[in-house]
Amino acid sequence: MKLVIGLDGQSSGEKALDFAKGMAARVDSCELIVVYVIEWSPFSFQTAEENAQRHKRREEEISIAMERVLNPAVASLKEAGLTARAIVRHGDVADTIDEIAHQEGATQIIVARSGAGGLTSRIFGSSTANLVMHARVPVTVVA
Amino acid sequence: MNMVNKLFLAVATVMSVAVPATAQEAAMSLDARVNAIFSSSTGWFVNAIFASIPGTSFPWIVMWLVVGASVFTIYFAFVQFRYFGHAISLVKGDYSDPADAGEVSHFQALATALSGTVGLGNIAGVAVAVGIGGPGATFWMILAGLLGMASKFTECTLGVKYRNEYPDGTVSGGPMYYISKGFEELGLPGGKILAVLFSVFCILGALGGGNMFQANQAHAQITQITGDFPGWITGLIFASVVFAVIVGGIKSIAKVTEKVVPFMGILYVGAAAIVLIVNYDQIGWALGQIFAGAFTGLGVAGGFVGALIQGFRRAAFSNEAGVGSAAIAHSAVRTKEPITEGFVSLLEPLIDTVVICTMTALVIVISGQLLIDETTGNYLLNEGASAIATVGDTSGVALTSAAFGSAISWFPFVLAIAVILFAFSTMISWSYYGLKAWTYLFGEGKTTELIFKIIFCVFIVIGAAASLGPVIDFSDAAIFAMAVVNIFCLYFLMKVVRTELLSYTGRLKSGEIKKFTH
Repeated sequence: MKLVIGLDGQSSGEKALDFAKGMAARVDSCELIVVYVIEWSPFSFQTAEENAQRHKRREEEISIAMERVLNPAVASLKEAGLTARAIVRHGDVADTIDEIAHQEGATQIIVARSGAGGLTSRIFGSSTANLVMHARVPVTVVA
Repeated sequence: MNMVNKLFLAVATVMSVAVPATAQEAAMSLDARVNAIFSSSTGWFVNAIFASIPGTSFPWIVMWLVVGASVFTIYFAFVQFRYFGHAISLVKGDYSDPADAGEVSHFQALATALSGTVGLGNIAGVAVAVGIGGPGATFWMILAGLLGMASKFTECTLGVKYRNEYPDGTVSGGPMYYISKGFEELGLPGGKILAVLFSVFCILGALGGGNMFQANQAHAQITQITGDFPGWITGLIFASVVFAVIVGGIKSIAKVTEKVVPFMGILYVGAAAIVLIVNYDQIGWALGQIFAGAFTGLGVAGGFVGALIQGFRRAAFSNEAGVGSAAIAHSAVRTKEPITEGFVSLLEPLIDTVVICTMTALVIVISGQLLIDETTGNYLLNEGASAIATVGDTSGVALTSAAFGSAISWFPFVLAIAVILFAFSTMISWSYYGLKAWTYLFGEGKTTELIFKIIFCVFIVIGAAASLGPVIDFSDAAIFAMAVVNIFCLYFLMKVVRTELLSYTGRLKSGEIKKFTH
């Protein structure tokens, strides 16, 4: 079994991790892939100076995501005796998590319920809602 | 308070003390003084660039740009039409590896380069071209835009291929890098000297077309609405905001501009489209005027040659094809194939000149702001016979504003905001281009960069205070001087681009380069 766990760096992610741990413990072999997506669009507008520094910024963003979110998560999964690895990507959160799950041939995606609504999510929908609607593999939303 | 903030305050204080802000008379005489010193000190440079080919009234520089663009078009066998569809695919991201997400995309590099070129050239420059050269100037402008696509393709491919990538992950690219590195690679002498020469002209171009012309026309547009007041006041306000962004590092202002400028661009094109749709019955007539004027001149000063010169001159100023500035902006893209950025960049003159400039020209022609002699069907000339007589004797951005205003009464206000934002975003882009040339000459470092940025801000004030004539001449001259060096070097380097083109298209045909399925 292969599970993709989507984290967004918030405390609710712990619940998703715990849920995945519980599922993995019940089967013989299970691989856990912890994913963090940095919200980014190739169709945004930037200044020439930002473009010139983009590569450097990207590396910084990736290393921060690894340090603060993914490495601790993978460490806690490994402590529980599970096989786990981390992926960090730039892109649209819902699309990217689905794409990774599809490519890795994952059986399920596990994410935490998105935080307090707010106006933006009322209008555009949250990443979690988008993922549930469009994902090609089953999605479990942990409350 | 940090160093930068202190400096910001110091410069602002010096500026406000140096400018006598007491009496209106003192201010007017300051504007006049700036104007006199400016035109007398730059006249020789302008004359050299715009000298006519002996025995004709045709400026050699216009010929230089057209011949350059035509040579690239033929040498690359009409690459701008053959790979147009592929360019669109690249911008859409069809060929981008998802694993590279987060790097500068083709779309972003194109959008950044466009925000540097779409601006007053499309609004004020077109009005100057049509006002002096008549509707026929539009035809030559479109032709120059189509040919210019090949120049952009050539320079932007080289910009990416020969850029410098530093260990910290930042990049620097542009003509000065491809000239020096490319010439060395081909074993040609003089690369260093030509690169230095280009950099000098690039700094002048940044201060001229990328700065003073923008400040000048922004001021002209503001006075249209508020009534006349001294130009240095507008200049000082602009200079402070630009200073805050490029020296103070206040990113939020630049971020707001980035978001608003594309929106303004769409609004402008949308408004032009509405004017054209409302007057759809006149579009045929306007196109007729453009074609007839292109070959007969319809009585404008200088006849059809006048129309041709104005068309080519304003097109080059607007889309900057062959100038080399876009190569600096495009070089930041992350791609394994430099040629892909060349394909993407060829869309730039198309959007800038063929679409946006043509719409402006059509609106001006349809609006009836240009006065026609009923009996002959030719255009009436103004008193000095230097341009076509217009309703209310307007020229430049004021003419465009009046043309839109005659169809949509409140549009001049929107246009004023658009002009200010376009001017601002073009200044920010050119401050970067100028800075890259400056650091190429004097080395990268906080102090050398600061010196350039302060000079840049001072020139904003000068540009706003001087009158249009000398500013537009100097701006054109400086930008075209860049093209003299750039196109000369492109002739030597274009075979490098051809090798890249053949290799890439070969792999594209064989299926080695594939679309990524998203």
